[in-house]
Amino acid sequence: MNLILVTFIILLAFTSYYFGRKKALVIQSSQRLTALPKFYGYYLAAWCAAPALIIFALWSVFEPSIVKTFILQDYTDQNLTKNELQLIYTKVKALAAGTYTGNITNFLDESANKYIQLKGIANSAKVAIILAILIFSLSFAYRSVQKNDRMREPVEIFLKWVLFVASLGAVLVTIGIVFSLLFEAIRFFQAVKIFDFIFGTHWYPAKTFVRDGQPDPELMKDAFGAVPLFAGTFFIAFIAMCVAIPIGLLSGIYLSEYAGRGVRKYAKPIIEILAGIPTVVYGFFAALTVGPFVKEIGNAMGLEVSAESALAAGAVMGVMIIPFISSLSDDVMTAVPQSLRDGSYAMGATKSETVKKVIFPAALPGIVGSILLAVSRAIGETMIVVMASGLAANLTMNPLESTSTITAQIVVILIGDQQFGDPKTQSAFALGISLFIVTLFLNVIALSVVKKYREKYE
Amino acid sequence: MSKIKAENVNVYYGSKQALFDVSIDIAEKEVTALIGPSGCGKSTFLRCLNRMNDVIEICRVEGSIKMDNLELNSRKLDVVRLRENVGMVFQKPNPFPKTIYENVAYGPTIHGIAQSKEEMDQIVETSLKKAALWNEVKDRLDEIGTGLSGGQQQRLCIARAISVSPEVILMDEPCSALDPIATAQIEELIDDLKKEVTIVIVTHSMSQAARVSQKTGFFHLGKLIEFGPTDKIFKNPDNQQTQDYITGRFG
Ligand SMILES: Nc1ncnc2c1ncn2[C@@H]1O[C@H](COP(=O)(O)OP(=O)(O)OP(=O)(O)O)[C@@H](O)[C@H]1O
Ligand SMILES: [Mg+2]
Repeated sequence: MNLILVTFIILLAFTSYYFGRKKALVIQSSQRLTALPKFYGYYLAAWCAAPALIIFALWSVFEPSIVKTFILQDYTDQNLTKNELQLIYTKVKALAAGTYTGNITNFLDESANKYIQLKGIANSAKVAIILAILIFSLSFAYRSVQKNDRMREPVEIFLKWVLFVASLGAVLVTIGIVFSLLFEAIRFFQAVKIFDFIFGTHWYPAKTFVRDGQPDPELMKDAFGAVPLFAGTFFIAFIAMCVAIPIGLLSGIYLSEYAGRGVRKYAKPIIEILAGIPTVVYGFFAALTVGPFVKEIGNAMGLEVSAESALAAGAVMGVMIIPFISSLSDDVMTAVPQSLRDGSYAMGATKSETVKKVIFPAALPGIVGSILLAVSRAIGETMIVVMASGLAANLTMNPLESTSTITAQIVVILIGDQQFGDPKTQSAFALGISLFIVTLFLNVIALSVVKKYREKYE
Repeated sequence: MSKIKAENVNVYYGSKQALFDVSIDIAEKEVTALIGPSGCGKSTFLRCLNRMNDVIEICRVEGSIKMDNLELNSRKLDVVRLRENVGMVFQKPNPFPKTIYENVAYGPTIHGIAQSKEEMDQIVETSLKKAALWNEVKDRLDEIGTGLSGGQQQRLCIARAISVSPEVILMDEPCSALDPIATAQIEELIDDLKKEVTIVIVTHSMSQAARVSQKTGFFHLGKLIEFGPTDKIFKNPDNQQTQDYITGRFG
C-alpha cells in the first residue's frame, strides 16, 4: 500500500515536470518567461512531491505510536508495568497478523480486532489526506505557473532545503552514533572505575564472566585495564607507519617529479589498486605468509618469535597504507605550481635539490595531512590485527611477540555469547569511544597543522 | 662585444616547429629586447639561452648557441653551471614559499658561494639593494616572500636571480603583472644592472622596449624578422612587417 502510494506520488511528480515545461512553452508564445521552461517543470514537480512526501513520512513515523496508545488505553486500569504493556501490544499485533500461537483470551481478541480496525481507518485516512494534499498543492502551484510568477527563486530555495536536509541527516546520524556510544560507555564506567580503565595494565574481560549472579567487584577492577590495548594499537600503528611513510613518500616523489608520463600513467593506478584490496585479504596474507616468514627468519637467527607477531601485522598494515600516502602526496606535489619548479631550475638547482628545498616544503601541509589520515586508518584497522597479531592483550614493546589492539578486542568482545547489560559487552562501547576520541584528536591536529602551514605559505 | 651568438636555431614542440632558423648576436652589457605578437616564439627562444626547454619533455632544440665560445646546445654542457651564469626572471613573480632571506639565499646555497653566515648576509643585502628592495624589507627578512606585493615579489625574484652574480639575465615579460609605478622601478633597475650584466628582455610594451633596450629583435611566426639597434627598429625599420607591428597596425 505504502509502496504504491509513494510510487504514485513520484510518477505524478515526473508527469507534472513535463506538464510544467509544456505549459511554459505555451506561456512563452504570449509573454516573456521568468525562467527557463524546465524551471516551470521543477516548480510543479517540487510542489507535487515535497508536501505529499513530507506528510507521508510524518504519518508513517507517528501512526504506530498513536495506534498503540489507542490499543493500550483499554489496559490502563490493570496496573501493568511498561514491559508487560509492551508484551501485550506485541501479542496483539501478532494476533492481528495471524502469527500468534499462544492461548487467545477474549480480551486479546477484542484488542486485535480493534487493532485491525484502527489500522484500516488509518490507512484510508492516509490515502485520503495525501490525495487531498496532492490536489491542493498541485492546483496552488499550477495557479502560479499560469500567472507566470517567478519560478527560478522558489526552485533554488527548494533545492537549498533539500541539500540542507540531507546534510542535517548526515550530521544527526553521526551525533546519534556518538551519543549511543557515549551512553553505553557511561554505563560501563558505572561498573568499572574510569581510572581502572585508563590506567589499568591488565585486560582480560573473560575473567568477569560468572554464571548467574554478579561478578566480584574485585575481579572487575583488574580485568578492564586498557593500557595494553592502547599500547598495542599505537605500537602496531607505529610499525605500520615505519613501513608506509618512507616507501609512500619516496614513491610519491618519484611519481610526481621523476616518472615520465608513460610510467606515471601505469604506475599510479597500479599503486592505487593496493588501496582497493579488501583488508581481509591483507589479513590472511599477514597471517599465512608474512607471519610464518618472520617466525622462520627469527628462529634462524635464534630469536623467540611467536607465529602471530606485531611485526607481521604492522608490516602488512604498512603495505596497505602505502597507496594512501603515495597517491595523496603525489597529488599535492603535482599541485605545486610549475612556476616554482621553473624558478628553482632556472637558479641552477638540480631535480633533487628542487624537490627537497621547494616542492616538498611547499607540499608539506598536504603531506602531513595525508600521513595523519593514514595514521587514523592504521589505528582503526581491525582485520589484519585480528588475523595476524592475535587476540591476547599482552603489554609488550617487543615486535616479535603478539599484541592486540582496541579494534581487535572489540571484535573479540562482540563475537560469541554476550549479554547486553554485561560490563564485558559494554566495555566494547568504552573502547569504541576511546578510539573515536583518539582519531578525532588526530584529525583535529591534522587540520590545524594544515591550516597553519597554509597561512604561512599563501 | 658579442656575448651570445645563436645560429640557425630551430625549436620543435613534438612535431610542431616553433622557431625557424633564428640567428642573433647579443651584445655584452647591453639590453636586448625581443618583441612580437603572442605565440611567435619569444619565450621559446629565451628559454634556449638557459636550457629551460629541457624541462619540457616534448621540446627539441637544434642549431648552435654559443656563449663566450661555449656551445650551450650540447649534451655535454653542465646545465647547473650555465644556469648559475644565466639567471631568469619570469612573467609571473614566482618567489618560493620561504622567507625573503631564504629566497635570495637560495642560489648561493645551492652553488656553495657563501663560506659563512656573514658572507651570506652580505650577499642577501647587496642583492636586495641592487634590486631596490632592501629598504622595504630589511626589517622583515624572515617573513614569507609570497606575502609581498606583486611588484615587490618581482623585485625579490630579480634579487634572487642576481644573487649568484650571473653574467646574463633573461627576463620574460617581467612587468606584465605590475602597475606603472612598479614597472618604472623595474625599468630603472634594468638600467642599473646593465652596467654589469647582459640582459635579454621579452616585452609586449613597445614603449618599454624603446625605453630600456639598445637592441631590439622582432619575431613573427617563429622567425626573427628584423634585428638591430632599438632606435633604428623604432624610427625606420627595414621590414614592412616590423613597421606595421610597431605602429600597431597588426599584432
Ligand atoms: N610547452 C609547450 N608545448 C607545446 N607547444 C608550445 C609550448 N610552449 C610553447 N609552445 C608553442 O610554441 C609557440 C611559441 O610559443 P612561445 O611561448 O615561445 O610564444 P611567445 O612569443 O612567448 O608568446 P607570448 O607573447 O604569448 O608569451 C606557440 O605556438 C606555442 O603554442
Ligand atoms: Mg611568452
